[in-house]
Amino acid sequence: MVAPMGVMKRVTMVFRAKANKALDRMEDPRETLDYSYQTQLELLQKVRRGVADVATSRKRVELQLNQLQQNADKLDRQARDSLAAGREDLAREALTRKAGVQTQLDDLQGQYASLQSEEEKLTQASQRLQSKVDAFRTRKETIKATYTAAEAQTRINEAFTGISEEMGDVGMAIQRAEDKTAQMKARAGAIDELMASGALDDMVSGPHDDIQAELDRMGASHGVDRELEQMKAEIAQSAPRQIEGAQPGTSDGAAAQPASTAPAPDPAQAGEPE
Amino acid sequence: MIVRILGEGQLELPESAAEELNKLDAALESAVERNDEAAFRPALAELVAKVRQVGSPAEADDLRPSELIIPRQDASMDEVRKLLTDEGLIPG
Repeated sequence: MVAPMGVMKRVTMVFRAKANKALDRMEDPRETLDYSYQTQLELLQKVRRGVADVATSRKRVELQLNQLQQNADKLDRQARDSLAAGREDLAREALTRKAGVQTQLDDLQGQYASLQSEEEKLTQASQRLQSKVDAFRTRKETIKATYTAAEAQTRINEAFTGISEEMGDVGMAIQRAEDKTAQMKARAGAIDELMASGALDDMVSGPHDDIQAELDRMGASHGVDRELEQMKAEIAQSAPRQIEGAQPGTSDGAAAQPASTAPAPDPAQAGEPE
Repeated sequence: MIVRILGEGQLELPESAAEELNKLDAALESAVERNDEAAFRPALAELVAKVRQVGSPAEADDLRPSELIIPRQDASMDEVRKLLTDEGLIPG
């Protein structure tokens, strides 16, 4: 059982102990100042790379969010078009897919926000560390120029402990950002796979393009029965013409002419998918 | 006195805030000791909020070490426990 001391003091002691251990290793602290400064510069590089990594990850998620949003919008339009054309079955299929895309979107949006906040925190941590490192460099030169080894000791202790604390904090922030980025990479990879599988596709680029083609043929945007009937008649008309080997260049106007003489039972059948 | 919120940097607080902070901190420590997640979350949030409320950001080039260091607000109980040993610190 630990004596009640408080989380704050115990955490502080852990940070101090780490700095003291490093200080104890120094013989002439003035010589070690330069070494410490090098370590600080390396950490600065590392935290900047960390910021860049998080930004890359964020941009990838952004791209995926846009793609998914486009899919969702397209599926929504397709559902409306299908309904207008009286094809509730198609509309249902489109909305089901849209719901799947929306789930991914919501999830990804949450992750995006957390990545954004991580990027912001790390950027600020990088700026704070930069300020401290600059201050340390100035202090280091003053100490080296002005004081004897014995005098320097106490002046170094404070600066060293202060910067060591900052470095410990930044080190944890980098670790945390790396973990987040790794998680996001895995997540983004999974969504890429889902997209490649067609599970999140709209009905144009997905395996249902035949249905969309049918929707298009039916002129879904003018979903009026009369027009539908007319189109069914046209489609019925075009089928036998191809069998007869009609000229491919025949214009629509020419095709409409014989529509009135088309056999009655054909239009209904021709309207169904093959 | 200078207080660090991990991940956020240092803040300058009046000495008079110490008593209240200690009280909030005792609740936090007790929650960690009891492994009480339900009490831990609000205790940490309250402590962090108090420091933010009474503190103002310390100068960025101030090299003084903090008198008190508190975990980041979204730290898990496990992460806080690691901070109480040197497990939570990156070696070097």
